[in-house]
Amino acid sequence: MNKKSKATRVNRWGYIFLIPFFLTYVIFQIVPLCSTIYNSLFENFRSGLKQIGPNFVGFANFAKLFGTIDFWNYFENTLLMWVGGFIPQIVVSLLLAYWFSDPSLRLKFQQFFKTVIYMPNLIMASAFAMLFFALFADQGPVNSILLSLGLIKEPFKFFASVTASRALIMFMNFMMWFGNTTILLLAGMLGIDTELYEAAEVDGATSGQIFFRITLPILRPILLYVLITSLIGGLQMYDVPQILTNGKGTPAKTTLTVIMYLNQHLTSKNLGMGGALSVTMFIITGVLSIVIFNLNKKKD
Amino acid sequence: MEERKVSKGIPVGTRRVISYIVLIFFALLCLIWFYILLINSTRSHAEMTKGFTPIPSTHFLDNWTNLVNGTIPILNGFINSFIVSGCVALLSAYFSAMTAFAIHAYEFKGKRAAASFILAVMMVPGQVTALGFIQLINRMKMDDTLFPLILPAIAAPITYFYLKQYMEANLPMSLVEAARIDGASEIRIFNSIILPIMRPAMSVQLIFAFVGSWNNYFTPALILHTDKRKTLPVLIAQLRGADWLRFDMGQVYIMIAASIFPVVIVYLVMSKFIVGGISSGAVKG
Repeated sequence: MNKKSKATRVNRWGYIFLIPFFLTYVIFQIVPLCSTIYNSLFENFRSGLKQIGPNFVGFANFAKLFGTIDFWNYFENTLLMWVGGFIPQIVVSLLLAYWFSDPSLRLKFQQFFKTVIYMPNLIMASAFAMLFFALFADQGPVNSILLSLGLIKEPFKFFASVTASRALIMFMNFMMWFGNTTILLLAGMLGIDTELYEAAEVDGATSGQIFFRITLPILRPILLYVLITSLIGGLQMYDVPQILTNGKGTPAKTTLTVIMYLNQHLTSKNLGMGGALSVTMFIITGVLSIVIFNLNKKKD
Repeated sequence: MEERKVSKGIPVGTRRVISYIVLIFFALLCLIWFYILLINSTRSHAEMTKGFTPIPSTHFLDNWTNLVNGTIPILNGFINSFIVSGCVALLSAYFSAMTAFAIHAYEFKGKRAAASFILAVMMVPGQVTALGFIQLINRMKMDDTLFPLILPAIAAPITYFYLKQYMEANLPMSLVEAARIDGASEIRIFNSIILPIMRPAMSVQLIFAFVGSWNNYFTPALILHTDKRKTLPVLIAQLRGADWLRFDMGQVYIMIAASIFPVVIVYLVMSKFIVGGISSGAVKG
């Protein structure tokens, strides 16, 4: 009896140690989430000097959001630029991770290569975007090099071209993430039992067959994890296009992402539309999170 | 895909050469931007208008002095960024370890629900609650201060997740039991026994939290309005917003370099732990 009460007394500390986390989470995440949802149901913005609302309008903000072409355009921009970065990222990462993990290749300097390719992931995205903006400017070093090599006759205006602007953003996303993905996939590949490979080789399988019939299927959970986390990250794409285009999504809003659109509502204090957009993004990322949650839980 | 072409017929030596060439290509692709950045931050504006050369010049310190004496409060930016990132790193590592310890070491009602909750909200991005967050900060009269950037770090689900993984593998409960028999209080057990054991995992998480906060742009840009209170990413954005063509490019490059290289140096010193730490929490195949 005495022992049991002592155990309860000790276990009380479980609650106490959870207080800082949950208190902070409720104050800085749950409360803001609730007020964001609340705001999404009101008409509340400034028109010139006049304040409109707040008036309760139900789901009218959502109707307006989905009814105008803007949201769909920006959603498309975001997805397009994510896909354009993600496809080369997954291809290159699979290839590099496969080589790193292949025992017959015995690659040297692995630590060096991993260190270098992971580095862009830790770089301040806004500074990196600013750097690219300076490098690819009309009078910047890239144009200067292309001119001196005689590849172009006059400076190429990267930021006036839709394709070039989007390609630069995709390329930066690729650069910042392929090292990270390589290391995640490598961890998965190193976990594969080498006996499987040996057995396949004895049976006369080619490297291609081994890769597509053994490595890829075993990596499926980790590939799914990479895909979903990358998609969640991609939907939040903000720093790079924001700095590169000074928040305007130039040329002609073709590089404007959903979160840049949200930022415009936040800075112009259009709380109703900003709220509706936030709630929409919350639901999308929430659904994607559930997939990740189930993946992590299986492992827990 | 490359693999399809690599049939059994190709000797290992050739495959090795191909993989080295590709690896060197991607390594150079990652490094070249930093090289150009470093070169250009040593050149004066006048030199740069004449075109790019791969040879460094001598104006590194001039550019730095011009930047420090210029209109952008870069030193304040540095100090602010250090304060925010340092506090975020310490708070998130300490309290995440505490949360992980609560879930790992105690039996109580609602424990599973609490653990599931933290896991479930792990991927929810901060941007989607930013609107309510700003309103809250205004009501708390913390607008234009560094506190709203620091305090939320106490609840860091991802840091918690990594630390709990580490705890499960490296913290035997017998150690906790033994300390209890010796009469140590639970707080004392956490501070003087658990934390030292967690040090390797916590130092990796400290770095990740520091870097994440150092690079954070979205929230600080919405919270900080006074120039002298801004963090580096917000100042960089300001540089982009200015009529930057008239700006001294030497200063632009050195400011980018100054924001990037502290992280690069820490990373290079600690890279062994960091590269190992990335995959430790991911789903295994």
